[in-house]
Amino acid sequence: MQDWTVISQPSTWELLLDFWRFEDMNALWVLMGSVLLGISASIIGGFAFLRKRSLVGDALAHAALPGVMMAFLLFETRDPVVMFLGALTSSFIGFFIIDWLPKNTKIKPDAALAITLSFFFALGLMLLSYIQGLQVENKSGLDKILFGQAAAMTQDDITLLTYVTLFVLLNVALFFQKLRLIAFNTQYARSLGISVKFYEFLLALLIVMSVVVGLQLVGVVLMAAVLLTPVAAARFWSDQLSRILIIAGSLGALSAVISTQISYLAPAMPTGPWMVVSLASLFLLSMLFAPNKGLLKRFLEQKRLRQKVSEENVLRTLYKLNEQSNFTRRYFNLPDIQALRAIPIDTLKKTLRSLGGKDLVVESTKGYRMTDTGMEQATQLTRRHRLWESYLNQQVELTPEQVHSQAERIEHILNEEQEQQLEAELRDRHSDPHGKPIPESQGEIK
Amino acid sequence: MINDLWILATASLVAVSCALVGSFLILRRQSLVGDAISHSVLLGIVIAFLATDSRSLPVMLGGAVMIGLLTAWLSDSLHKFGKLQSDASIGIVFTLFFALGVILISLYAGQVDLDQECVLYGEIAFVPFDTIVWGNPETGVDLGPRALWAIGIVFLIVLISILIGFNRLQTVAFHPSLAVSLGINVVFWHYFLMTLVSLTTVASFDAVGAILVVALLVIPASSAYLIAKSLKGMLWLASAYGLASVMIGYAVSYKLDSSISASIAVSAGGLLLATVLALEIRKRKRRLQPNRPVGI
Repeated sequence: MQDWTVISQPSTWELLLDFWRFEDMNALWVLMGSVLLGISASIIGGFAFLRKRSLVGDALAHAALPGVMMAFLLFETRDPVVMFLGALTSSFIGFFIIDWLPKNTKIKPDAALAITLSFFFALGLMLLSYIQGLQVENKSGLDKILFGQAAAMTQDDITLLTYVTLFVLLNVALFFQKLRLIAFNTQYARSLGISVKFYEFLLALLIVMSVVVGLQLVGVVLMAAVLLTPVAAARFWSDQLSRILIIAGSLGALSAVISTQISYLAPAMPTGPWMVVSLASLFLLSMLFAPNKGLLKRFLEQKRLRQKVSEENVLRTLYKLNEQSNFTRRYFNLPDIQALRAIPIDTLKKTLRSLGGKDLVVESTKGYRMTDTGMEQATQLTRRHRLWESYLNQQVELTPEQVHSQAERIEHILNEEQEQQLEAELRDRHSDPHGKPIPESQGEIK
Repeated sequence: MINDLWILATASLVAVSCALVGSFLILRRQSLVGDAISHSVLLGIVIAFLATDSRSLPVMLGGAVMIGLLTAWLSDSLHKFGKLQSDASIGIVFTLFFALGVILISLYAGQVDLDQECVLYGEIAFVPFDTIVWGNPETGVDLGPRALWAIGIVFLIVLISILIGFNRLQTVAFHPSLAVSLGINVVFWHYFLMTLVSLTTVASFDAVGAILVVALLVIPASSAYLIAKSLKGMLWLASAYGLASVMIGYAVSYKLDSSISASIAVSAGGLLLATVLALEIRKRKRRLQPNRPVGI
């Protein structure tokens, strides 16, 4: 294990240091270009996502392939601008077909997408294999746009990339309000007199441009993920569009940095797949651990709610036991509680223990007894339960049999304000539909 | 000459199997799931190969079915638990799986007998040279190309499944809600269809690669969907469209010296285009003859 620093072969660490000292100007340019692309593709992908057209980007990226090949065949040059225009044209034809097929034939939108994607891709591959059989100059490297290779990018490529991404970002910034309105409520936008057609075209143009310019970096096959995954991840972090877009942009940039890094360390590696894998990891992290909408948070909240419900159920059962004995007996044991409410013994013991920890219930040799605070809470819960039952019975005219299960759920959710409103509605009710008295908020019985 | 026959036989079986399975995908409006599975199957193949160090048929089919079902299931769960749109969840899962597959191929380039090229085009031109030999590799009996065996077996599985489950599949495809009310296990038939898709894509992988198989799944079935009047008719027509694409595509690739599989997929697209155009022209003609009674 000692001989890993062979002089001729710089270690990974040294290469990384080289990279971040920015000694290699080319690497710096590629880094900047890919960060810009990550940002602009993620942001424009956000709008496609909102329009529920997440996979359109996938089809458009595939549709660009024959355009690139045709441009090469016709002009026999690898000039980035020519390639870009070729790709743009064929992507637009693809976009038109995706739109036209479902409107004019029986074919459904999802099939139209799959048809366009696979047909254009096949056409591109056919042309590519045809070109590779020809005797023409600088045909090598054309296949790099399939999976993307950051290391193979030239200065011209990056200049074009920079202009296009800046153009996309500028347009999003300028028309943000309109694009947002159309994304959320097309009908309303139309009624305001906004030319929806124009903005949909603009959005399509921006999507196509970001896709086409990203091909060198990410590749035809996986470009969809760069449009789609960042915004899907960002959605777990916020509900506000501007914030979602900023987060999506940052995630896109971060994944661009990671994948360029890998491409620098191992130049033969295709960049696209690494970008997708880093994006997917970021997505997974966001989905699990995002502070408000992450799955972990949601799981914990559900667990807490379940715990609260079972505690409150036990408190209310204890209250009912108290009531049955006309508030003369204070100690009850486990079978007493279970006789009134079917709770598995383990759950009941656990719940009583946690109630004990909150000083709501005390355990002694005589059994379990509610403390004063426990009694207060139990009274309040019962009061809410019975108020709700009375309300449903009186105002909604449900039978006494129907109201119980409803109240059983709502008693855990009602707050003080709602309690007072209910009380105001039911000024002269003092007992619930089952004939039990509704306790006063101080815990006294009228 | 015999090689051409092997290639044509393999391609025809691929096209017909894809057309049959694809018809149900189109009807169930799940063409994108088919797209997703055909991408992720790559990961299944690579992992199965790295884990067992063999390219034997059962291993490949097993790996592909596992990963195919995993893709379908993960997309469903992301949709349910992550509250994402269903096409977005499909997109996230299959791009990740495909990316992992490509990375593994580049990492183990020396060990896996796969490269990025073959992922894209398949190697249908080399199909005749990779044969199964019974017994001793030197002296045994040559049983014909491996890929042909693979797709042949899968074709039989697909055919038998459709023959046996025809009524069920028909109900699930056309009236999912009726199927539920009749007590048909729609979830089972969904995953059953996904299994068939995975089997078909993996068996077609050698021949046409991971992405072009989407074209064969979706395009002939869509052409048939445009003109067929019944499910049976659609299945026959889709197979016919598939076979025609193989013949035309093979001729085109011979003429242009282009990739066989890509040319087949392009011909399938050309046939769809012709069908759509024919239907459009008929529609226009009808519009020009306003006196003709409607419905005849």
